[in-house]
Amino acid sequence: MKLHEYQAKSVFADAGIPTPDSALASDVDAAVRAAEDIGFPVAIKAQVQVGGRGKAGGIELVEDSEEAREAAGRILGMDLKGLHVDRVLVEEAVDFVNELYVGVTMDRGEGEPVAMVSTRGGVNIEEVAEEDPDAIVREHVDPAFGMHPFQARKAVYEAGVERDVARDVASILQTLYELWDEKDGSDAEINPLMVTEDRDVIAADAVMNVDEDALFRHSDLQEMEEESASDDPLEQKADEYDFDYVRLDGNVGIIGNGAGLVMTTLDLVDHYGGDPANFLDVGGGAKAERIANALDMVFSDDNVDAVVFNIFGGITRGDEVARGINDALGEFDEIPKPVVVRLAGTNAAEGMEILNADLVQVEDTLEAAVQRAVENAQEVAQ
Amino acid sequence: MSVLVDDDTRVVVQGITGGEGNFHAEQMIEYGTNVVAGAVPGKGGQEVHGVPVYDTVERAAREEDADASVVFVPPAFAADAIFEALDAPLDLAVAITEGVPVQDMARVKRAEKETDTYLIGPNCPGIITPEEAKLGILPGNIFASGNVGLVSRSGTLTYQVVDNLTDRGLGQSTAIGIGGDPIIGTDFVDALQLFEDDPDTDAVVMCGEIGGEDEEEAAAYIGEHMDTPVAGFIAGRTAPPGKRMGHAGAIVSGSGTGTAESKISALREAGARVGDTPEEVVDAIEELL
Repeated sequence: MKLHEYQAKSVFADAGIPTPDSALASDVDAAVRAAEDIGFPVAIKAQVQVGGRGKAGGIELVEDSEEAREAAGRILGMDLKGLHVDRVLVEEAVDFVNELYVGVTMDRGEGEPVAMVSTRGGVNIEEVAEEDPDAIVREHVDPAFGMHPFQARKAVYEAGVERDVARDVASILQTLYELWDEKDGSDAEINPLMVTEDRDVIAADAVMNVDEDALFRHSDLQEMEEESASDDPLEQKADEYDFDYVRLDGNVGIIGNGAGLVMTTLDLVDHYGGDPANFLDVGGGAKAERIANALDMVFSDDNVDAVVFNIFGGITRGDEVARGINDALGEFDEIPKPVVVRLAGTNAAEGMEILNADLVQVEDTLEAAVQRAVENAQEVAQ
Repeated sequence: MSVLVDDDTRVVVQGITGGEGNFHAEQMIEYGTNVVAGAVPGKGGQEVHGVPVYDTVERAAREEDADASVVFVPPAFAADAIFEALDAPLDLAVAITEGVPVQDMARVKRAEKETDTYLIGPNCPGIITPEEAKLGILPGNIFASGNVGLVSRSGTLTYQVVDNLTDRGLGQSTAIGIGGDPIIGTDFVDALQLFEDDPDTDAVVMCGEIGGEDEEEAAAYIGEHMDTPVAGFIAGRTAPPGKRMGHAGAIVSGSGTGTAESKISALREAGARVGDTPEEVVDAIEELL
């Protein structure tokens, strides 16, 4: 789960990391009032979960109330890389002389957290990592002990942070690690961490992504989750049904069980000349209702012209799957999009018997099912 | 004959009184697995499917001489259950649980490195040596005994490939589902090493997927150390960057690491065969044997 900038900043500020004065606004008047309270110049920043907001016109620096009104009016309600902007953060503009980067993430190869510092902040850090890996100092942390304060100092001095602010930067890195650890973070980042003329250090942006599997032990983050929910109606629906779902841009709808097998089905659609419309994993042990919900999801995607349903039952039972398909398709006078079904594994034979052959096309193998669905999609699309 | 588990493996089921644990303990017993105990805090003294339940894993190991466990404990308590298996100590712990917090697994991994216990999973279907023992949730009826080793990050993809193998008369020595999480116990290299050292495994199928660099490390190992031939399949060629494809670990990073292309080319350069479809992998195994 990704926190919005304003959410991450409030988490960081509560932990004692200096952040600029700011206020959240969802209408133009509130934005202008907030700007006047904070004092000009201020930045008006769209609160949506996409990278490169500035370049896309989602961040504007304004000098007076009139400019604030104009900018807030333009940004609120705009469509930013497909997402609707309904909130802006109005924030004190920081006059900086230097931009740094600090971050904490999990190094999955090592199975250990890693803290990072760079003096090349303010730009895309992944590009820095690629062009000049030595510009980012990495310090691995033993998860049994957590980060020792010396490790934060070591990373900061090693990165070449100026001596007069090094102590402050190390203390911010230490706090960032502790937050990451306490909140079950997957990534925590401050980019840029600004150094001002007065030699203050201040977090001008804030990224905090947390492990969804750990949300059960963070009630504060669960509340934030609702505010940071996706704006895509299909992804909202997937959340409601509790499916692992990813929307793609093709026209073959795909439903299956188990991440690896669903990914393989997508790959086969591509292999046989089709375009996958989505990844949808119903998970293990799905009952009839869940299967019907999955069909409902894929049918409600207008891009989908044909559907392939591929189930290899371990703990999922073929008879339950067949019942779900019959229930979902029985509702229609005419099936909206051709559905190819392939059932294998537990109770597949029982499932085949139950399955209403008037409603679906049945194939025995994964390869044949995918090829047929690709042909169906090509016919419908013509 | 096999790696890690066989007829002699003595299994304790952690969480045997819960819904999943209870159901799959019965399935494992029916398959012929030597399930000797259950372990559930507060439920010591009970009996489930004719198997005695103990309050602690250590007690189960001591009383019943158990040397392996299968963990069916909810995500919030799974790390603790794995620590308990490491502490007992057992030779093998298989964690089926999906949704264990990643930071919990980092601490588990840290402890596991200092023990001799093999950890498989979490978020995995388990391990099976056909006709001898199954520890986990794999559907036993699709497997057949033979000389093909299999290691996979995905459950249902394993079933698909195994079904194709068995259909062609190609039985399996042992199949290991290592799990789809970012931090896991036994990885591809560990599993390949076990198969390389097993005189009865004559070829290995490796099913990887996008995310991380485990498959690239496996390719390096295959190139440098393996005489046993390997055929691979990598799922996720069509996955867009930055999207988590079901498994917590199946994600191509924004900077482009963890792609299927990188894994496929690493495997091919190391001399492994890579199929575009599960059937092609089985074709390759047929030729390699």
